[in-house]
Amino acid sequence: MSGNVRTLRAESTVVGGMGRLENQEVRVGRFGGVLTERLTSLLSPLALLALWEIFGRLGVIDTRFFPVPTSIFRVLVQMLQPTPQFPQGELWFQLSASLGRIAIGFLIGSVPGVIVGLAMGLFRPIRAAIQPLIDATFPIPKIALLPMFIMIFGIGENSKYAIIATAVIYLVLINTMSGVRNIDQIYIDVGKNFRANKWMMFRDIALPGALPLIVTGIKLGMGVALLVIVAAEQVAAKSGIGYLIWTSWQVFQVEKMYVGLMVIAVVGFGSAVLLNYLERFIVPWKHVRS
Amino acid sequence: MATTSRSTKIRLRDIRKRFVVHGRPVDALAGIDLDIGAGEFFCIVGPSGCGKTTLLRILAGLETRSSGSIEIARDGSTAERPLNSMVFQEQSIFPWMNVRDNIAFGLKAQGFGRAERYRIAEPYIHKVGLSGFEDAFPYQLSGGMKQRVSIARAFANDPEILLMDEPFAALDEQTKLILQAELLRVWEELRKTVLYVTHSIDEAIVLADRILVMTARPGRIKDICDVSTIFPRPRRVEEVKSSAQYGELFGRVWGQLRQEVLDATAQPEVVR
Repeated sequence: MSGNVRTLRAESTVVGGMGRLENQEVRVGRFGGVLTERLTSLLSPLALLALWEIFGRLGVIDTRFFPVPTSIFRVLVQMLQPTPQFPQGELWFQLSASLGRIAIGFLIGSVPGVIVGLAMGLFRPIRAAIQPLIDATFPIPKIALLPMFIMIFGIGENSKYAIIATAVIYLVLINTMSGVRNIDQIYIDVGKNFRANKWMMFRDIALPGALPLIVTGIKLGMGVALLVIVAAEQVAAKSGIGYLIWTSWQVFQVEKMYVGLMVIAVVGFGSAVLLNYLERFIVPWKHVRS
Repeated sequence: MATTSRSTKIRLRDIRKRFVVHGRPVDALAGIDLDIGAGEFFCIVGPSGCGKTTLLRILAGLETRSSGSIEIARDGSTAERPLNSMVFQEQSIFPWMNVRDNIAFGLKAQGFGRAERYRIAEPYIHKVGLSGFEDAFPYQLSGGMKQRVSIARAFANDPEILLMDEPFAALDEQTKLILQAELLRVWEELRKTVLYVTHSIDEAIVLADRILVMTARPGRIKDICDVSTIFPRPRRVEEVKSSAQYGELFGRVWGQLRQEVLDATAQPEVVR
């Protein structure tokens, strides 16, 4: 509370008179503002959970649809316990099934995505040949291809790898290509002026120049991989987080469904944090403008 | 080709450049004849759009000429050196390479192995005052430092001639003064032939042996002022700027340039 009061006083100081701009209260106020902001963004989700809990217990909201957070958490802990059916715990069993599919499908999609994207960015004829195919098929929602992939690869794991790979390859390929094509002309001029050969033009200019957008493509690809795998598991799998969410709804184990949703959220958030960290490591110059 | 200091290093004959813009021809350069001596620091000033950068880019092999001939005399020395290296106006060092690799880029292109090119680049890192920053990346450097890297990269490549396209134009006034002095110091030590484009008369006087004033588009030679006879080497920026002859020379160059700038302002902008 006292932080807020100080902030207000600081603002009135700034408005009130230029002569007092260097008053210490201004600095205290600004610092308090940042701290308040941080605290607010930390507290607001917690407050929401608390309200949910209280309203659930008071009977204001229907706990059949919105079981209170503590009971969801209790189920989560239960799902971590080993059972005869799931020796490592059900949650880890389902999660590892999804993560395994994402990892393999992502790899199958992103590696060719980078390679073909680079080729398209560098060589006009290749771009001319492939671009129309991309443009024509990109708008298809990838999940709509699932029946086709099941037809080709069967109901097993391969159809899941295929659909993730398909979803990932577009984003990685398109971003890689535009990364190569949008390299600053000045860097190409430098390469020419210093008589860099083709290999150096590629290794020292085109590839690192495209790297920021390649990483962007990979980040987008990871997001869409999560999207696709959950949807695919809901209709055509016997394991995975998507399967967990779908079956627990069908048998009305609503807490389990919420656990599945929470896990997906954590996986999405965690992968974003991880990729952002990797990005700062791989392309440290990306977010610094000269 | 003779290698005495007064021999001709660059010989340009009737260099012309014609662009086609929206189906209409635009002459950028209308016949440039020029002889630049070996070891000379030669500045070109002119109004914006007069083709001075185009001339430099033609020499750098980044643009084609419509007609005319370019001869660059090779030194009698053993190895085939690169003909030219350019210092660009804008941020041109690679953000993904550290200072050392940026400076050694030309040497890598020449085919030197890693250890060898680092060894060659080393003294140039010190010459431009970047000791201790070898492993820094460009995003960690100020604008002035980045241009030092760019200058060191060109010098380290040890070309026959150096081309500089307003390398300090984007810097603040004080940084510019410092870097002009440092460029003079490095150049006076190495005595490369330099072709230097600028729109700043002031900069041209401080740096040049001779100043070429170009006309408004299409670019022609309007006048060439000899500075070397007025300000001998080695020069100090402060001494040049505070001398009586400086004002006189500035007046002479500006007298030539003024009408061209007015003419250039009256021309329509050409957007390629």
